[in-house]
Amino acid sequence: MDKYFELKSLLKQLRKDKLAFLGLIVLIILYAGIAFAGFIAPYDKEFSDRNLAYCPPSQIFTIDENGKFSRPYTYNYKREFNPETFKIDFKSDRSQKYYLNFFSKGSEYKLFGFIPTNLHLVTVASDGRLFLLGTDINGRDNFSRLLFGGQISLTIGFLALFISFPIGLLYGGIAGYFGGITDNIMMRIAEAIMSIPSFYLLIILAAILPANMTSAQRFALITVILAFIGWAGFSRVVRGMVLSIKNQEFVEAARSVGANSLRIITKHILPQTASYVIVAITLSVPGYILAESGLSFLGLGIQQPDASWGNMLKEAQEFINILYRPWLLTPGFLIFFAVLSFNLVGDAIRDILDPKSKIRQ
Amino acid sequence: MSIPMYILKRILQAIPLLFIVSLISFFIIRLSPVDPLAELKLNPAISPQTLQAEKERLGLDLPIYQQYFKWASNALQGNLGISTSGEKVSTRLIERIPNTLLLTFITIILTWIVGIPLGTYAALNWRKPVDRTLTMLTSAGMAIPSFFFALLLLIFAVKTGLFPAGGLTSPGFERLGVFGKIFDIAHHLFLPVVVLFTISLAGLQRQMRGNLLDVLETDYIKLARAKGLPENKVIYKHALRNAINPMVTLLGFEFASLLSGAALTEYVFQYPGLGRLILEAVMKSDINLVMASLMIGAIMLVLGNLIADILLKLVDPRVTIN
Repeated sequence: MDKYFELKSLLKQLRKDKLAFLGLIVLIILYAGIAFAGFIAPYDKEFSDRNLAYCPPSQIFTIDENGKFSRPYTYNYKREFNPETFKIDFKSDRSQKYYLNFFSKGSEYKLFGFIPTNLHLVTVASDGRLFLLGTDINGRDNFSRLLFGGQISLTIGFLALFISFPIGLLYGGIAGYFGGITDNIMMRIAEAIMSIPSFYLLIILAAILPANMTSAQRFALITVILAFIGWAGFSRVVRGMVLSIKNQEFVEAARSVGANSLRIITKHILPQTASYVIVAITLSVPGYILAESGLSFLGLGIQQPDASWGNMLKEAQEFINILYRPWLLTPGFLIFFAVLSFNLVGDAIRDILDPKSKIRQ
Repeated sequence: MSIPMYILKRILQAIPLLFIVSLISFFIIRLSPVDPLAELKLNPAISPQTLQAEKERLGLDLPIYQQYFKWASNALQGNLGISTSGEKVSTRLIERIPNTLLLTFITIILTWIVGIPLGTYAALNWRKPVDRTLTMLTSAGMAIPSFFFALLLLIFAVKTGLFPAGGLTSPGFERLGVFGKIFDIAHHLFLPVVVLFTISLAGLQRQMRGNLLDVLETDYIKLARAKGLPENKVIYKHALRNAINPMVTLLGFEFASLLSGAALTEYVFQYPGLGRLILEAVMKSDINLVMASLMIGAIMLVLGNLIADILLKLVDPRVTIN
């Protein structure tokens, strides 16, 4: 119950900070979006229409050609060769209207990964195409892939945290508690890892992964690599905190009743660092999101045909693409908004938990 | 302890650190299933003799710990091996290091020139609209992925034609006069610097603001105000100096994050720096080059931290060097 009230008062205080609250709402929308990706996305992530590569976003009309309100509808695009510019132009094919059907049946998918269903938020008739944010080089729906890509980009950071934080906590805890030569050796190793520019280490670790892995294996290994980069800095801070905690009376008391060292570290000392850990977690998620997207952007992270926001941006590396197909930049904006929201919420939580910090009050 | 002694001590401390770094890097790279000579074998310009020499130099037939010692003793003698392109690794590194240093130094200087006053201004206008706006802007600056920002600036460069779309020099660079050369490099540096500047400014501005706010709460500032010192003097003579000191330690961290952040920016802008070199080396599995650039990156980082610590000692007499 105690924890519940703490959380409630945290949320209450968070609401007072308008920007942070806005950030929280953006995060809720993003995570709801990826949780219901199969339902919201008109297409699955493999769907591709090879005839419509780099197709611009579909236009949706609610007023028909007679100037009357109508059910929302769209037209398909058709490709036309323009003899003057020697380019392929996309023209709206006005001969056939495709009405948007809400809560209708479409392709099969599994909601949350285990509920089989074929209900979609919005679809069009099977020979119609609804590309809300255009298509990529393979004629795949950008909007749908953004949702599926978010499933990777927005969760990999959290998964990496579940690995790096326990390691960092335990490592820093042991080094700080035992002190002396153990501490010295352990901290030199942590410092050595911190002394390699993190992005250099990241790309090298990613590059030595064997090429013939399934996408699930690759995802798991990238997560481990991200965690490997993150734990060292965190463990140093934990060690510093443990050094100041370990001489307090309650540790003495635990020792005098005969608790062993591991128990003292995990049950008595580390819980004291909780508020720092919460703040460090919210503030380090964006770092992981940025690292994954950077890695995938270079082609070393999540590989095609899987989508991640980073590897979707890879296509935007070509001038032609960014000049004529601006919708390919959408993953970048999503990364930006997700990271910004995490930062705003993280700053606000830090101010609430640590009233001395004045960064944003 | 005198300053030269302190420097000596720190350099001696750095040696075991770099030793561990080299061990970690070496074993990570050797863990990979990649044949270190595969690319060399594919390059027809490299003679079988060179290949054999390289094989012996790396000691590929020996057990792995002996390979490490072989690599280390070669590296200490300045022999870093050859890259897959056939050039010496050391030549390629020497080409690239100054470019990366140029980029990072300009960025650090600019962020300090802009970040310190902005942080001060925000702290003095604490909780006023100006302060809130600045906080919002810096949050946005921190959130934008460097490669994405670089891409957006590239669109701008290509659309307007105001800036070159990458590289460090124009094709006719050699024929330019001294001022022409300086202008040309500055022209090319502008966009990469803007990217790195935007990203690192945010952290510096916030830190400065926080420090000054902390200092303004201390007793000696209250005393200065109580004895009727004009506000200008309180802030610029007493508060500001003490708020800037902790920033110097940040220099080392800033240098570290810039080295990392620069890699993606260099990649997008095709800037001939260390970051892009290591990326290319990784993509081509150029083992010698990867290993050497990792070490150089670590050495640069350790040096950066050392310089920051010495600077701190010079500006802040309260710091004891022990």
